[in-house]
Amino acid sequence: MSDKRNLFNKVWDLHTVQTLPGGQTQLFIGLHLIHEVTSPQAFEILRDRKLKVAFPERTIATVDHIVPTGSQARPFLDDLAEQMMSAIEKNCADFGVTLLDLKDDRQGIVHVVGPEQGLTQPGMTIVCGDSHTSTHGAFGSIAIGIGTSNVAEVLATQTMFLNRPKVRQVVVHGQLAPGVYAKDVILYIIQKLGVQGGVGYAYEFAGSTFDVMSIEERMTVCNMSIEGGARCGYINPDQTTVDYLRGRPFSPKDADFERATPWWLSLASGEDAQFDDVVVFDAADIEPTVTWGITPAQSVGVSQPLPRISEVAPEEQTLIREALKFMGLEEGQPIKGTKIDVAFIGSCTNSRMSDLREAARIVAGHKVAGHVKAIVVPGSQLVRRQAMAEGLHLIFEAAGFEWRAAGCSMCLAMNPDKLQGREVCASSSNRNFKGRQGSPTGRTLLMSPAMVAAAAIEGHVTDIREFAGAAVC
Amino acid sequence: MSNNEIKSVTATGISLLLDDIDTDRIIPARFLRCVTFDGLGEHAFEDDRQQDPAHPFNQLQFQGAGILAAGRNFGCGSSREHAPQSLMRWGIKAVIAESFAEIFFGNCGSLGIPAVKASRADLEKLAAAIQKNPKLEITVDLQKLTVTAGDIAFTVTMPDSARDALVTGQWDYLGRLLNAADKVTEHAKTVPYLSGFRA
Repeated sequence: MSDKRNLFNKVWDLHTVQTLPGGQTQLFIGLHLIHEVTSPQAFEILRDRKLKVAFPERTIATVDHIVPTGSQARPFLDDLAEQMMSAIEKNCADFGVTLLDLKDDRQGIVHVVGPEQGLTQPGMTIVCGDSHTSTHGAFGSIAIGIGTSNVAEVLATQTMFLNRPKVRQVVVHGQLAPGVYAKDVILYIIQKLGVQGGVGYAYEFAGSTFDVMSIEERMTVCNMSIEGGARCGYINPDQTTVDYLRGRPFSPKDADFERATPWWLSLASGEDAQFDDVVVFDAADIEPTVTWGITPAQSVGVSQPLPRISEVAPEEQTLIREALKFMGLEEGQPIKGTKIDVAFIGSCTNSRMSDLREAARIVAGHKVAGHVKAIVVPGSQLVRRQAMAEGLHLIFEAAGFEWRAAGCSMCLAMNPDKLQGREVCASSSNRNFKGRQGSPTGRTLLMSPAMVAAAAIEGHVTDIREFAGAAVC
Repeated sequence: MSNNEIKSVTATGISLLLDDIDTDRIIPARFLRCVTFDGLGEHAFEDDRQQDPAHPFNQLQFQGAGILAAGRNFGCGSSREHAPQSLMRWGIKAVIAESFAEIFFGNCGSLGIPAVKASRADLEKLAAAIQKNPKLEITVDLQKLTVTAGDIAFTVTMPDSARDALVTGQWDYLGRLLNAADKVTEHAKTVPYLSGFRA
């Protein structure tokens, strides 16, 4: 008899320690990733209650949010950042947790490091005190962001209580047009389903559009599941997944890998797998997409005008007015041509090799517009090193980009990289919330790294398909 | 642990009926540069308050409020527990909203903050009543799943598991999880990737 469970339910069942009478599942967690911002209070809870880390070998820490991407000399200029760095160093030493710190060339954004090291594998349950943990779903795992109390629970027990969500299959069929990237696909999905459309659901991304994506592209898609309200998103494991994992430091080795492979592939939702909901989109309808507002669903295709207030549902009008006012934009105006002040290529959404290669290809031989400050922040030290081995840093620097050290940087501006005043930033990150990039009045336009690169050169939002320098491929 | 039981919350109210209020707005990221949650209360909605003198959290008459009436998808965005921590430390003891983002909802549960859902129409009525009389006493009753305030009364919803945990005082999830430590050790043996993919 075929297994009609989708991947999510197979993996959930496998990790169910017990189900409480109220319906909550005590879920075993296969991999716990931690970082400096959401863990210090959790370790304090363990100290207060005289508890140990239950499975230190299933726990790994890195530092990313507060890391300066310029000078990293210790102590940091920011006392508070230094205090947090010292805290995670002490906590990991005291509790026997491996820490990939700045001296370790494996350090980087936690959602770049996990996959890069082969820690992230199909069929795992993965948690981290960070909402973009959904990224790891790209491998066919259940990967969810958790709060600090949950971090303490998982440290102390390797489990937590969760209610099983429903599963919605989000199908996209067809080939993406030139100049349309994985980032545009997820921005489009969020635009269509809304920022709260996914609440109560896990998203399975399926269909031929995702089938042909690389693992890095799949990570970009799953990363922003949370922006659509879904606490996790995933893509079924296939040969692309297996090929990516082969030979990575924490991947299974030799005979283990050979045994792992059929198990990983067996987890994929079958043809007759059941879902609580299915929505279907056509890749041909997706164009390069740019956010214009203060939620990730407030986006338009780059050739499209902003919405008109009278054309949207009455209950949405207040939010649209608030967004237009904050952004200094007019209803019905084109997004193309909107002047930018800053260009940021980085974040757990888009800071991997394929992102940097594509952005470098676009800026090669061009100069950043005179009024634009442009920075590239690789997702990890290994990404940075590989990019430099390929000479990408020289291309970026020749164009006028700053080439920085690895970290979260201007995605959320907990380090010194911040917008100033009302600056407008073309950003490859994931959130355009008010104040997100470090200035309370700063403004963010989310787009693909290629579109950020083109905007940096032209000094305004540009349709990558029309950008002079880029033979779009 | 009967002293942890939260069967109802009674306090004055404050309303912020906007949709998609994200956790960066509740507590901007720069205030996450800390190793304890102390002191977060004074920074709740800091940037919104700076930019809008009329923001409810700026208004003298709402200082001391304990029940927040909010809109749709309240607490979306980041997983930062700093967000409900800052609200709690500002004085919020319960949140009534049209809907919640999931991680925020879970974090409220971890802190013993009831987060209940109500219809937009009922929230608008409640917000109007709070505006009219900031001293109006509001009660969120978790056993009856009702909100009462003066002559206003309406029903609210909350998942059974979250409600039961508060009402029975069992929202210290860590203690309950620790009780199952033996089961967890046994379960780990059945997880394929912890046993060389032989399980």
